[in-house]
Amino acid sequence: MAIEEPLEKWSTAVATVRVGATAADGGTRGREIVLGGEMTLPFLHFEGATPNKPVVAMEVLDIAPQDWPDVLMKPFADVVDDPAAWAAKCVNDYGAEMICLKLEGTHPDSGDKGPDDAAKVVKAVLEAVDVPLIIWGCDVDEKDNQVLPACSQAAAGERCLLGTAKEDNYRTLVASCMADGHNLIAESPLDINIAKQVNILVSEAGLPLDRVVMYPTTGGLGYGIEYAYSIQERGRLAALTGDKMMSPPVVCQIGQEAWRAKEAKASDEEAPQWGAAEKRGPMWEAMTAIMLLQAGADILIMRHPNAVALVKKAIDELMRS
Amino acid sequence: MIVIGERINGMFKAVNQAIQDKDKAAIQDLAKRQIDEGADMLDINVGTAAADPVGAMKWLVETVREVTDVPLSIDNPNLPTMKAGLEACTGRKMINSTIGSEEALNTFFPLAKEHNAMVVCLCIDDKGVPVDVDGRVEIAMRVLAKAMEYEIPMDDIYIDPIVLPVKADQTGPGKVLESIRQFGMLSDPKPHIVIGLSNLSQGAVDRKLINRTFLTMAIAQGLDAAILDPLDTELMDAMITAEMLMNRTIYSDSFLKAYRQR
Repeated sequence: MAIEEPLEKWSTAVATVRVGATAADGGTRGREIVLGGEMTLPFLHFEGATPNKPVVAMEVLDIAPQDWPDVLMKPFADVVDDPAAWAAKCVNDYGAEMICLKLEGTHPDSGDKGPDDAAKVVKAVLEAVDVPLIIWGCDVDEKDNQVLPACSQAAAGERCLLGTAKEDNYRTLVASCMADGHNLIAESPLDINIAKQVNILVSEAGLPLDRVVMYPTTGGLGYGIEYAYSIQERGRLAALTGDKMMSPPVVCQIGQEAWRAKEAKASDEEAPQWGAAEKRGPMWEAMTAIMLLQAGADILIMRHPNAVALVKKAIDELMRS
Repeated sequence: MIVIGERINGMFKAVNQAIQDKDKAAIQDLAKRQIDEGADMLDINVGTAAADPVGAMKWLVETVREVTDVPLSIDNPNLPTMKAGLEACTGRKMINSTIGSEEALNTFFPLAKEHNAMVVCLCIDDKGVPVDVDGRVEIAMRVLAKAMEYEIPMDDIYIDPIVLPVKADQTGPGKVLESIRQFGMLSDPKPHIVIGLSNLSQGAVDRKLINRTFLTMAIAQGLDAAILDPLDTELMDAMITAEMLMNRTIYSDSFLKAYRQR
């Protein structure tokens, strides 16, 4: 009598989203990145295929960072005032597979730059690097609704990831994505029910789910990561068992959340008992990333080059079947 | 839930007429409408009136296959008609059904293997439908042991506790619910558990209310498949809601709509 192997059988796969348009698709990116497509829980190669590996995007701001600790500023000290040069450094020196351009300078409290300025930065970054681009607004809905359509137009045809759309603010962004050929980031506040609802709303508004990436909100190590993890995991289980509305791949804001932790950002003087900040901070970021990889993250948006290197190495090892 | 649409059944007058008239459009329309409303599989039953059940089954299967590739449940108690249906059916299919006696299982499991078919196994043996829960569970256990012997994947086995009309025996529904609960503990992975829902309300009034109330109760006990009428919107809404309440699907404010957009 044969004994059945106790393998889980999944009925559906994570949706596949293509980011970055090459010349063949009318864009100028050097290569396309394919996200998602997993047919099993993360890295369980014996159970199902993981056709596309998770990717690391590095964060670039449109203004010099206001609250980054010294350890984090150091690798970028020569480029923080020039987003294009900053992006180039991330790609050329630190191996970033995507760039996440955060438009913090458009925030009413951080410079309040207008749509034209933002669009110029987008163009400059697109010219400086040929990896696919994530364009992330300042998270003030009214401002994002002015700025992001201009950025979307400036990057028309490049198949960027544009975000974020929320339950009560998604129509403008959906329209921009559809008009200019981009993909959308659908955000929810650590709430799986809302995550699903946003996906339903954007797909009803006309954007197919193979052009959506979910941002279920990220919690850093020590600051709610378990909660973020369990929500991501629950979403992934639903995606694998037939819930089409939970099928989009997932993006995580690793750097942003990890470097909020005092354990990451405290200087050597502030916390000598915790070990050297130079090592401690990047390690905190890398651990946050590696944990959320196990919950099914498809894009990790990161900051410190050493953390990026560690995580890319971990991904390569995890992808070996 | 795995919804097996029950509407293509020769017991319905319109379907019987369509079989006699070889009215493909009528059958295909019924197939498509059931799928649009959430059927994952379609039951194909020629009924008792067909003069040539073998020919009728073959025609029904081929007619439905022209418009959909969902699995078809070949629903007939007689072996020649069953075989004709299985042979005519390309793609995934289901044997509906075999009883749980040694002899029947030794006939139908090899057939299932040959056709890579799913099988509905009724909790009936040579002595008929057991009067109590234990009798049903005992048959289910024998079925599962036999399935392993024939190396039929657990995912292809659908245990049916047998739903009888509540009007005939009011203690029946309670026994079915308890049986469903216990079936879930028989193996890991669990077999599928299926019921033919409409039989419950045969001869009763307020049939739809009875059906949908029982369906939600059975889902709470672990039922994961049912042969039912997907064109009954209130029934489908109740089913979707029960699954959501059992945390089998993720709630969203558009949860009814989301289910139908699968």
